[in-house]
Amino acid sequence: MPLIKDGQFVEDSWTVLQQDDEVPPKGDVIVPLERYLSDTDELNRRVGRVGVALENTADPDDIAPYLNDIDLVALTFPAFTDGRAYSQARQLRHHLGFGGELRATGNVLADQAGFLKQVGFDAFEVTPNQSIDIWVKASEAVTLAYQRGYDGNRKTRDKLRPSPLPQHPSDCAAVAEQSAPA
Amino acid sequence: MYRYDEFDTTFVRQRVDQFRDQVDRRVSGELTEEQFRPLRLMNGLYLQLHAYMLRVAVPYGTLNSRQMRKLAFIADEYDKGYGHFTTRQNIQYNWPKLPDVPNILDHLADVEMHAIQTSGNCIRNVTADQWAGAAGDEVEDPRPYAELMRQWSSLHPEFSFLPRKFKIAVTGAASDRAAIAYHDIGLRLTRSANGEIGFEVLAGGGMGRTPMLGVTVRDWLPKDELLAYLEAIMRVYNLHGRRDNKYKARIKILVHELGAEEFTRQVEEEYKRIDAPRVMPPAQELVRIKDYFAPPVYEDLPDQSPELARCMSDDADFAQWVDRNVVAHKQPGYAIVNISLKPVGGVPGDASSGQMRAVADLAEQKSHDEIRVTHEQNLVLPHVRKSDLYGVWQTLKTHGLADANIGLATDIISCPGLDYCALATARSIPISQDISRRLGDISRQRDIGDLKIKISGCINACGHHHAGHIGILGLEKRGEEYYQITLGGSGDETASIGEIIGPGFSSETVTDAVETIVDTYVGLRQDGETFLDAYRRLGPNPFKEAVYATH
Ligand code: HEM
Ligand code: SF4
Repeated sequence: MPLIKDGQFVEDSWTVLQQDDEVPPKGDVIVPLERYLSDTDELNRRVGRVGVALENTADPDDIAPYLNDIDLVALTFPAFTDGRAYSQARQLRHHLGFGGELRATGNVLADQAGFLKQVGFDAFEVTPNQSIDIWVKASEAVTLAYQRGYDGNRKTRDKLRPSPLPQHPSDCAAVAEQSAPA
Repeated sequence: MYRYDEFDTTFVRQRVDQFRDQVDRRVSGELTEEQFRPLRLMNGLYLQLHAYMLRVAVPYGTLNSRQMRKLAFIADEYDKGYGHFTTRQNIQYNWPKLPDVPNILDHLADVEMHAIQTSGNCIRNVTADQWAGAAGDEVEDPRPYAELMRQWSSLHPEFSFLPRKFKIAVTGAASDRAAIAYHDIGLRLTRSANGEIGFEVLAGGGMGRTPMLGVTVRDWLPKDELLAYLEAIMRVYNLHGRRDNKYKARIKILVHELGAEEFTRQVEEEYKRIDAPRVMPPAQELVRIKDYFAPPVYEDLPDQSPELARCMSDDADFAQWVDRNVVAHKQPGYAIVNISLKPVGGVPGDASSGQMRAVADLAEQKSHDEIRVTHEQNLVLPHVRKSDLYGVWQTLKTHGLADANIGLATDIISCPGLDYCALATARSIPISQDISRRLGDISRQRDIGDLKIKISGCINACGHHHAGHIGILGLEKRGEEYYQITLGGSGDETASIGEIIGPGFSSETVTDAVETIVDTYVGLRQDGETFLDAYRRLGPNPFKEAVYATH
């Protein structure tokens, strides 16, 4: 499958292995979670990086202890309307602080590109006939986001127009109370 | 009222351009209808029986006169001269043409409106108490929080492909006029034991084929934690809500299958891990939004208006209208005016462009430029001086908007049913018209008193029949429409789900059955007892006996 990173097609250095496939002696491999959990040491020790593919029903906490050894996590969209991997991505990036490559696989459409980046995906496996122009255009159609604390380059209101007031969220209600109109 | 700043304006315009591009790709054939479907649904565009239907968001049911005039313009220009106000405080147009839709959205953007997320499996338009900011029984005005949630839910990166649609309602009052227990998430502003205001959070309510009332997952949540807490609920639902069966995909099923306790535990667990300060808006953002909802500058008036008293004693029709359609305002000398869109024998919720303009003019001149849409498919002028009521009523009368039936038997909620809807199993509008004509005599209606009749044209329950004191569900068997009746439902703070009384009725006999039920109540009620109170005291048996004895 063609791979998009940073708005362009790139060579994919990773080999995707199924549960019982033989592991090549070197090179980057992506293995299913089960395989990784059963052969963790072997996979971590070999030459070449290791990535883990999670089903969209898997709990990202299952790989939490190994995230320092894992260079890539592949999440999947069996149908583009099945949005579970958005939340898995968010948990990996924000609860678990995963800093490696986060790859979107399966039914990945241009019209979703913006959202995918916001939840932390940075690599996208797309269908063979995807045009890069449409991909880039779709992912940049909306440049603003109301939601704070997400990733990607959509700007939030406070980033667009930095505000002079101090930002102490815990004081929110108090400030609101004080300046509420009489 | 909230006004867009540069950020909101740019955001909505970008969304319109994006959709224009998607429509172009559909019209040129680059997108198939199948690929286009989820894209158009993200923008409120349905394919119905005869044509497309465009649903426009009226955030928490609040409009100004400029916006209402624009809705009238769109009705004239792109529809057949009318619009349909819905039970989710939105407006629908039944006849737009696909290539026109981006232009309609541009017109809407001119007046700070949009159709974002009025359909699709995402967080829908947030609804609120239609009397917010005006009612006397309010702890705090819920609209700033509704606006905060409107913004937060718009094109949410994580929660735009949920298992199913998601509806949030918020109220700041003790009397629940927003039916929060029937929503996926219901929020009530309430005071804690030490007097601090926060939210009671309910989750797991819904209608459809398995009606359920929401359960309380938090008794009291600090106000400034709202968005972070919602994120936790949404994430648990997005990850664990069922996707194998669309009839089991709503959050109510997840809450039910896990049990309230386990669901709450999972939400709280997730919540602990959320970096709330990163997610919550900075303090000044809520201040900015709240400023827009500052109360209008009221005049200092005595609460009693001699003019009003005089007009009421001179004009019995007016007095009746005041009695049913006008309610107390928190500001002395002012009142809340409810405008009925339920003329006897009419289509519930329909308004012509002329009527919309008349309401817009009245709002501008007499109601601090504010209009509300109610979930009972009526309109509200929230801030009218009592001394202006007679003039307002006369104007409404000339436009056919002065029906004095708010909360009465003919104030019926009805979904579009088989006249428009592709999913319908039976007609609902003609049934509502028939019942309305049958019970239409105003003195009879007034004698019957508070009564909510709600009709859906299929099991999806868009007409809220589960929450009707009398609920009617249109079904189909071997090509014949038939109607199931439920009794005792309620969407208020004493929410309950209506119970089926027995075998269904044909389209010819359902109105007779409703009338028999009503007459049975009138015969059995005790002093001052409403239909719902009487039903709760008596149970279904006397009604069943009466209905099935005569049919
Ligand atoms: C004509 C096109 C319409 C279609 C195709 C449609 C479709 C649906 C479907 C499939 C459901 C059930 C969802 C579920 O339980 O998972 C539903 C529920 C609902 N719809 Fe509609 N609907 C239409 C029109 C309307 C209108 C006109 C209104 C407002 C008057 C409305 C308001 C609602 C409400 C309030 C619910 C119940 C919410 C709940 O289940 O909790 N719908 N609709
Ligand atoms: S209840 Fe059924 S018939 Fe009525 S609008 Fe909803 S889907 Fe259509």
